[in-house]
Amino acid sequence: MASSPPFESWLRPGPSGLHCVPGDFHIDPSGPVPRAVITHGHSDHARPGHDAVLATADTLAIMRLRLGTLGQTQALAYGVPLRVKDVTVTLVPAGHILGSAQVVIDYNGQRAVISGDYKRHADPTCEPFELVPCDLFVTEATFGLPVYRHEPDTAEVQKLLASLRDFPERTHQIGVYGLGKCQRLIKLIRKAGYDRPIWLHGALRSMTDYYVSRGIDLGEVPNVADAPGTLAGEIVLSPPSALGDRWSRRFADPLAGFASGWMRIRGRVRQRGVELPLIISDHCDWPELLKTVTETGAREVWVTHGREEALVHELSKRQIVARALRLVGREDDAE
Amino acid sequence: MKAFSQLLDRLTYTPARNAKLMLMRNYFRATPDPDRGFALAALTDGLPIEFPLRRVLAEIGESRFDPDLFRMSRDDVGDTAETVALIWPATEVQADAPSLSEIVVALGKAGRSGHAALLTQWLDRLDATGRWALLKFLSGAPRVGVSGRLAKQAVADAFDRPVDDIEELWHGVAPPYTALFDWLEHRAERLSLASTPIFRPLMLAHALEESDWQVMRLDEVAAEWKWDGIRIQVAAKGGTTRLFSRTGDDIGQSFPELVDHFTFDAVLDGELLVLRAGEVAPFSDLQQRLNRKTVTRAMLTKYPVHVRFYDALEIGGEDLRALPFTARRERLEVWHREHGPAHSDLSEVLSFTSKEELKARWEATRAQGIEGLMLKRKASPYLAGRPKGHWYKWKRAPLTADCVLLYAQKGSGKRSSFHSDYTFGAWTEKDGQKLLVPVGKAYSGFTDAELAELDRFIRQNTIERFGPVRSVTPKLVLEIAFDAIQESKRHKSGIAMRFPRVSRIRWDKPAEEADTLTTLKALITSVG
Repeated sequence: MASSPPFESWLRPGPSGLHCVPGDFHIDPSGPVPRAVITHGHSDHARPGHDAVLATADTLAIMRLRLGTLGQTQALAYGVPLRVKDVTVTLVPAGHILGSAQVVIDYNGQRAVISGDYKRHADPTCEPFELVPCDLFVTEATFGLPVYRHEPDTAEVQKLLASLRDFPERTHQIGVYGLGKCQRLIKLIRKAGYDRPIWLHGALRSMTDYYVSRGIDLGEVPNVADAPGTLAGEIVLSPPSALGDRWSRRFADPLAGFASGWMRIRGRVRQRGVELPLIISDHCDWPELLKTVTETGAREVWVTHGREEALVHELSKRQIVARALRLVGREDDAE
Repeated sequence: MKAFSQLLDRLTYTPARNAKLMLMRNYFRATPDPDRGFALAALTDGLPIEFPLRRVLAEIGESRFDPDLFRMSRDDVGDTAETVALIWPATEVQADAPSLSEIVVALGKAGRSGHAALLTQWLDRLDATGRWALLKFLSGAPRVGVSGRLAKQAVADAFDRPVDDIEELWHGVAPPYTALFDWLEHRAERLSLASTPIFRPLMLAHALEESDWQVMRLDEVAAEWKWDGIRIQVAAKGGTTRLFSRTGDDIGQSFPELVDHFTFDAVLDGELLVLRAGEVAPFSDLQQRLNRKTVTRAMLTKYPVHVRFYDALEIGGEDLRALPFTARRERLEVWHREHGPAHSDLSEVLSFTSKEELKARWEATRAQGIEGLMLKRKASPYLAGRPKGHWYKWKRAPLTADCVLLYAQKGSGKRSSFHSDYTFGAWTEKDGQKLLVPVGKAYSGFTDAELAELDRFIRQNTIERFGPVRSVTPKLVLEIAFDAIQESKRHKSGIAMRFPRVSRIRWDKPAEEADTLTTLKALITSVG
């Protein structure tokens, strides 16, 4: 068998991100391009200003809510192959947030999977990650160090409920990212049997409403602005930036929580002044990263962002060709 | 171990005192002996074990994880023990977590060579939080924001006893404190402590308010100088001598020359000082002697310590605490004339003929390098705690300086949304350029309304944010009150302020007119 051409000959890391040459499109570009394929709606992946966007219907809807009007759009359902010039593109669930997809590109008998952000842990608010065997796997490494192992999310939610029992006089204000984490946490709290209203900061409203409109039942989720009193003993969700901010002075002796994979590290918990760290992440932890990379059977792995040095080191030890792309514009800490 | 690791984990994240007390109270009620006793030891005086944690970790680390990944992880986490706890490979079989008592007993039996095998085996049996707590436990001082006093308070609360009872018994019991818990849970009589020197809770003074001074009658109070050392209780009995700090910590190890000379039968209250040729040395000299496990001969000569007694709680086995101050003082004087050991004298009782004269003496304290006056009601018994209306401290008037606000940090608890910790600076010159150098930090002295105004100013004048810290445009002048200025090699400015607080916010004063480092350095005193 003749040796295949290097992946770089048709999938090129450049200043605006990954460019698929024979398909003539970029994946999650950092600036405006003529044709973009977008893996999911987070702002460091879904940027404004492209002439044409291909993504799942949910991702397109989320982008419209966040960015206003988009250029020309095309929705592609999971698992449906689409011919784009000389390549075939298929979107496959990534398990990261609602609508998130891995981009599978078949070209000349080679298959590359650009996984975007993904996780293997079950998430009741999105389709589970689907493993696609491939030749080249492109992965993130946000939590690419062996110290990052996320606890089961059900145990973390129990920590929140236990704290509510211990401090019934305090408002529990939990910092969450507005797209994905917020709705997943609400759903997890509901699954744990908590049926009181969960109060929302205004910035979390539109995405939460969108999830509900997609048939994800989140129970009663009123606005903090409409709350009658100081919400003592209630759960309030807000963007992380509102923790310990003036906005929180309305609450009864607010107890600051934060739902994030970073809460695994005590220094980060202290630095943010968090009293209730909840280790809930929408990214893979270290064992999941290694498991996924191994299971894809890829002979080459590219690491886009995060702690790529450690992951490349570990994969090289396992005789998998690995390289760090250091793509610009990825917000490492936005989790 | 699971309950203990959860306790430590939550304590580290909980800033509020009452919440910490609640967590500890629940733990001490729910956890059986002897584990809770070892936990109490870890939170107070430390465990009766020596474990060379760093050496053992270095020994087992290489065999368990990739050194490159460990280094990268260590850089990310920022703490070696925590990195080990997090990176430790999860074992398939979740065996029973070791109990604290199992750990203490095994370490007692194991020699140096057994340490690594034991630690490896325990780490394998724990989850990440458990591993972190174990390493904290073995490091001796867990540093989870709990003082020994607070832990004792929690034990007292858990069993509805006054904390003073625990303090009194404390030095008559040892880890795992089974006798203490037996008594607390009504399974045993109170321990008899007749033969050992124990700590008696101290009597503390209130700051003198103008209103106290107004109603005070001259013939009712005795006055003494306020000494600038640390409060000490010397308890000696049956050939054993203990030196207790004001919180009941036994600090005798740092002062062997005192322990050796104080071989009497009494419990005395006094001030620990460094004294040279009868002159009290600055507090910073005394600091050289504090918290040292071993004391060199050079330290003994360079920083000679001395105790200036001012009260007697017990002499020759007789409890004097119910007697009035004047009677106790008389007994103290008689005793000291007969038995007074080297390295000790008595705090002078000042004579004065009018309140004006007393006030004049107070006003002269700064010039004399003395911290202030103590006023003690002659009729007062020796009462534990800080009873109202008995003892007063009358600190010399503070010094003030106008400094410029440079950095602000958010507080915790009720102050978590307010910037309440301020770093301020004074002007200095470098290469002909005027610049501000930080000279101190203050957290108090302002009202809630002023705090809100300061917070607003800080938010509107932020230059940069570093996590919870903000640098602000240097334009707000704070009048800082402080007790003294000392030389300091640890601070860039070369000075350290004692007890700084915000006395006024000078919204009116331009930053250019704030004080200079030179002015502040001129306030450095060689005494007091």
